[in-house]
Amino acid sequence: MTAPILEVRDLSKHYYLKGNNTLKAVDGVSFDVGAGETLSLVGESGCGKSTIGRAILRLVPVTSGSILIDGKRIDTLSGARLRTLRRRFQVIFQDPFSSLNPRMRVRDIVAEPIRNFKLARSSAELNAQVSKLIDTVRLPSDAGGRFPHEFSGGQRQRIGIAKALAAQPDLIVCDEAVSALDVSVKAQIVNLLQDLQVDLGLSLLFISHDLAVVEHMTHRVAVMYLGKIVEIGTREQIFTKPHHPYTKALRSAVPLPDPMVKRERITLKGDVPSPINIPSGCRFHTRCPFALDRCRKEEPAPREISARHLSACHLD
Amino acid sequence: MAAHMSGAGHEGEFAAAPELPAILPPVNRRRGLAGLIARSPGSSIGVAILLAIVFMAVMADYLSAIDPARLSPIARNRDPSLQYWFGTDMLGRDLYSRVVYGARVSLIVGFLVALLSTVLGLIVGMFSGFVRWTDSILMRVMDGIMSIPPILLAIALMALAGSSMTNVIAAITFAEVPRVARLVRGVVLSLREQAFVEGAITAGTTTPMIIWRHILPNTLAPLSVQTTYICASAMIIEAVLSFIGAGTPPSVPSWGNIMADGRALWQVKPHIVFFPAVFLSLTVLAINLVGDSLRDRLDPRMGGKG
Repeated sequence: MTAPILEVRDLSKHYYLKGNNTLKAVDGVSFDVGAGETLSLVGESGCGKSTIGRAILRLVPVTSGSILIDGKRIDTLSGARLRTLRRRFQVIFQDPFSSLNPRMRVRDIVAEPIRNFKLARSSAELNAQVSKLIDTVRLPSDAGGRFPHEFSGGQRQRIGIAKALAAQPDLIVCDEAVSALDVSVKAQIVNLLQDLQVDLGLSLLFISHDLAVVEHMTHRVAVMYLGKIVEIGTREQIFTKPHHPYTKALRSAVPLPDPMVKRERITLKGDVPSPINIPSGCRFHTRCPFALDRCRKEEPAPREISARHLSACHLD
Repeated sequence: MAAHMSGAGHEGEFAAAPELPAILPPVNRRRGLAGLIARSPGSSIGVAILLAIVFMAVMADYLSAIDPARLSPIARNRDPSLQYWFGTDMLGRDLYSRVVYGARVSLIVGFLVALLSTVLGLIVGMFSGFVRWTDSILMRVMDGIMSIPPILLAIALMALAGSSMTNVIAAITFAEVPRVARLVRGVVLSLREQAFVEGAITAGTTTPMIIWRHILPNTLAPLSVQTTYICASAMIIEAVLSFIGAGTPPSVPSWGNIMADGRALWQVKPHIVFFPAVFLSLTVLAINLVGDSLRDRLDPRMGGKG
């Protein structure tokens, strides 16, 4: 594997609340994303996966840990130096309706990063880049002169992708980028992202709760629970040989299209504990069907199950 | 045909599909002035009245032959006639020319207050919304100003400053700024959390450019509506101030002090109060109509209708 584009080391994001409470949204997370690779962050809502995305995009300051792009730390940068580096990591948001300025024409939305990062030498070159991007994301060629509200959800998401691509990034954070779309449009956008990844050698950090989509398009998966990664591995490792009980439970919750197939369903009891009051020991022990006494006392460290497959569980 | 079909149903005989009425006949969108009036009668009426009043104020020198300040002791309290269109007041001044000249005061006060309080309120609101530590200080000051009714505040300021048109404008602006600041702050705070603003940050847009390109244009629609309402309310406050003698000096005719002059006689000579009151109401109505259509028009999702 090539050197990673993005390295995240022991990243934590804590929010300090009233009454001396600390909300540990992200609590010591490490992973990396290689060039041209898709890493998916999956987990229930509130597990901190979006916070990681926002921290990498430097939209929220981190509490501790480091974020490196091409070996350079970006979590300590600020001002103009940060702004120039922002070109390398772009974002596609979940909500295609609030993620585009309703008063800007598509042309200007797509041109904004090109102008900011000075990626075009002349206005002719700028226009050429914008039309090419509109073409790349398969929008009609007259889309540039129109406003976002004239488009459907899927088309708006394409505008968002064109805007992200305009910066010529190395990594795109897809924060639930297809979750708001209906199934057929979702498939189109996922396929578009995959094509672009192959064509442009993009790395994707794909944040999602939709395991079916993740299984379709990812290279590697990191499963998160309550601000920590409980298991990380390749798609095959996670989807065919999951190790962590939480991964197994998530896996068994994905609906199967064939009604005749019977399988063992692992049903988790109760709700996710509050990230303000994280359980002792293994943070999953309150809902784990296999919890031992040890799990209540001792927090399991991630250990290698097989090559590049880590799982934080005491059980074998 | 139906009776025929209900019969034995001869072989090889089919009912022809009935001709369906066109559900949506093609709409011929009328263009030009007539089309505009048909589509949005409210805003057309508003704009027409406002243009007429503005025309009247600008051309006051040509529209009235009589000096609005000229006293005519032999022609006091005349009813409307061919010579005095709107009659005369108790000092024999021609009401028509006073009302025509009075439009200047109302319009200047209304427009300038609207402009000044919008600009000042925008600055205060932007500071509150963007520089968070100034927020609590600025907003408490604004709350303080807002806790006093605007008319009362304007009267107090006029009592301190003395009557002149500049002071009227300053006093009403002072009272109206908090309303704009509040609105702008609220809009800025909600826009800051919008994904497109975060997207602009990741796209390398600097903070001044985010304000200019993403925040300001999205603030304009609610703000423009507020501005028109402030314009209307400033005209009413000016009339009230002039009516109670705290507004423009008596030498300058304004709709408020014309009404004040006619107050003592209104039961016997109602026309003295009637004419300026009608003009004031019409102007305020027109501005509100324009404000409503402006709001609809500035929202791109409305597709320019309204």
